[in-house]
Amino acid sequence: MADGHQHPIEHRFNPYAENGGTVLAIAGADFAVIAGDTRQTEGYSIQTRYAPKVFKLTDRAVLAVNGFQADCSEFVKRVMQRIEWYRHAHSKQMPLKAIARMIQTMLYGKRFFPYYTYNILGGIEEDGTGAVYSFDPVGSYEREACRAAGAASSLIQPFLDNQIYFKNQTPAPGAAPFVPGNLPIDVVLPIVIDSFTSATERHIEVGDGLEMFVVVAKGRDVSQLASLNAEEIPATNPGEERVFIVRRELKKD
Amino acid sequence: MNTFVSRFAPSSSVIPNSRGILADEEEEFSDLTWGSHAGFGNLGTKGIPTFEVPHLADPSAFLRMHTDDYADPNCRIKIQHGTTTLAFRFKGGIIVAVDSRATAGSYIASGTVKKVIEINPYLLGTMAGGAADCQYWETYLGIQCRLHELRNRERISVAAASKYLSNLVYSYKGMGLSMGTMICGWDKTGPALFYVDSDGTRLKGDIFSVGSGSTYAYGVLDQGYHWDLTDGEAQELGRRSIYAAGHRDAYSGNTINLYHVKEEGWDFIGNYDVTKMHYDGPGNVLGATGGGYGYEIRAAGRSASDADAIDTSA
Repeated sequence: MADGHQHPIEHRFNPYAENGGTVLAIAGADFAVIAGDTRQTEGYSIQTRYAPKVFKLTDRAVLAVNGFQADCSEFVKRVMQRIEWYRHAHSKQMPLKAIARMIQTMLYGKRFFPYYTYNILGGIEEDGTGAVYSFDPVGSYEREACRAAGAASSLIQPFLDNQIYFKNQTPAPGAAPFVPGNLPIDVVLPIVIDSFTSATERHIEVGDGLEMFVVVAKGRDVSQLASLNAEEIPATNPGEERVFIVRRELKKD
Repeated sequence: MNTFVSRFAPSSSVIPNSRGILADEEEEFSDLTWGSHAGFGNLGTKGIPTFEVPHLADPSAFLRMHTDDYADPNCRIKIQHGTTTLAFRFKGGIIVAVDSRATAGSYIASGTVKKVIEINPYLLGTMAGGAADCQYWETYLGIQCRLHELRNRERISVAAASKYLSNLVYSYKGMGLSMGTMICGWDKTGPALFYVDSDGTRLKGDIFSVGSGSTYAYGVLDQGYHWDLTDGEAQELGRRSIYAAGHRDAYSGNTINLYHVKEEGWDFIGNYDVTKMHYDGPGNVLGATGGGYGYEIRAAGRSASDADAIDTSA
């Protein structure tokens, strides 16, 4: 090729990569669980076995990000900065629904050069209920009871639809009807763990470690978390909402 | 491109940067951002949104390469698509009915999407095309409608609101926005319905249906429509039309959301599961004719899919 361009060379700007992994969040009546695995891949190689994808934003909000790691960390950094500015300007923590709307406008601000990130926001609303908000890469969002995103979302979401929304389940004759969104924490956490162990079995980009953040409403009993080796993340406003983290190992092959 | 730049520059004193494209994200914050507003997303202190654009000769080609799953199903960023929405004007106001399915390629990304956007208590917008484009710009339209109200001590007309939206999306023509929306409301002129899309089309009309399932919805809607429908009959026609689309169009389905726009504002009528409509119908609601909508249900045991169907060939 010393004589120049014999073959056409394709020039295209590709600033994106796909770093695998999966995140999910489930809302309960007065708590929310936001979880993600810690494996980071590019193609078939594992870049690291510990790349956190779930971040505590405030005492009552946790954000899970998935997609292209560089965009994810940049986006989380900017969200955290905005939340801090809000706290300085208004002398209070930013409410969950306000964070959700802010994430929409921040994602949409890059509508023509999108962040390659799938975001799931979980936490406690101002009325004390557990909530999950899920976003597409350009900012359309919706409040839901549960959502899985990322590489194994198509493996996990149908399982969650069945276990959390009771889709395609019928109560036994005479039994009480199913009411989605009221499962206790000691039922929800095993569902999260099972989702990730199963996804690890069937998806090459999922595995290594699991981090589950549990946000609980003010004054809620947390005795169920003790047996799960939950570690409390110190709160900025003690006596309000609390955030715990539960870690588990996943298979490393 | 240059007119586009000057329109959305953060302030008139700022000259587009050396790369000649939009301002960098840092530049959109003024000192005001710190004290009072704390910065809401990309809405600057003047209420004008700013957008970051890749520093390329053809930014829209870049966007298309990474987000257009019609041209390339393997593209990375999947924007949610697929829909059936409808709205029609009649004696009793406007009926708005939509499905709730969002698809990314062939994956059903969500079955609980709110495709009717409540702009304010007397204006509704529908969502077809890019979910984020519709959500964001119709929320922005809500802000502008409220400002119109405060400035003019009068509610904005549906014609003006829809024209605001169509002028806005027209200014982004060719940039890759995707939206097909119906703006529905009741103003001084009575019930008003406008179709607005991202090409810049704006049409006043009585009956519209938008999205991949619109042809199926039109089939039922056109057949059953007349101006003097009662409220119940009109609501049933809306439900039945979206059911037909949910049944025949793979990109539509899950549930139906039904709204009725009246003189005093809009009313949310209900949410109906498409599968339940097939077998059992909407239940005991206004306008219901009783029984499921499915044709093999209506065949009452004589459908070809019934194992013990009565043979009528003899």
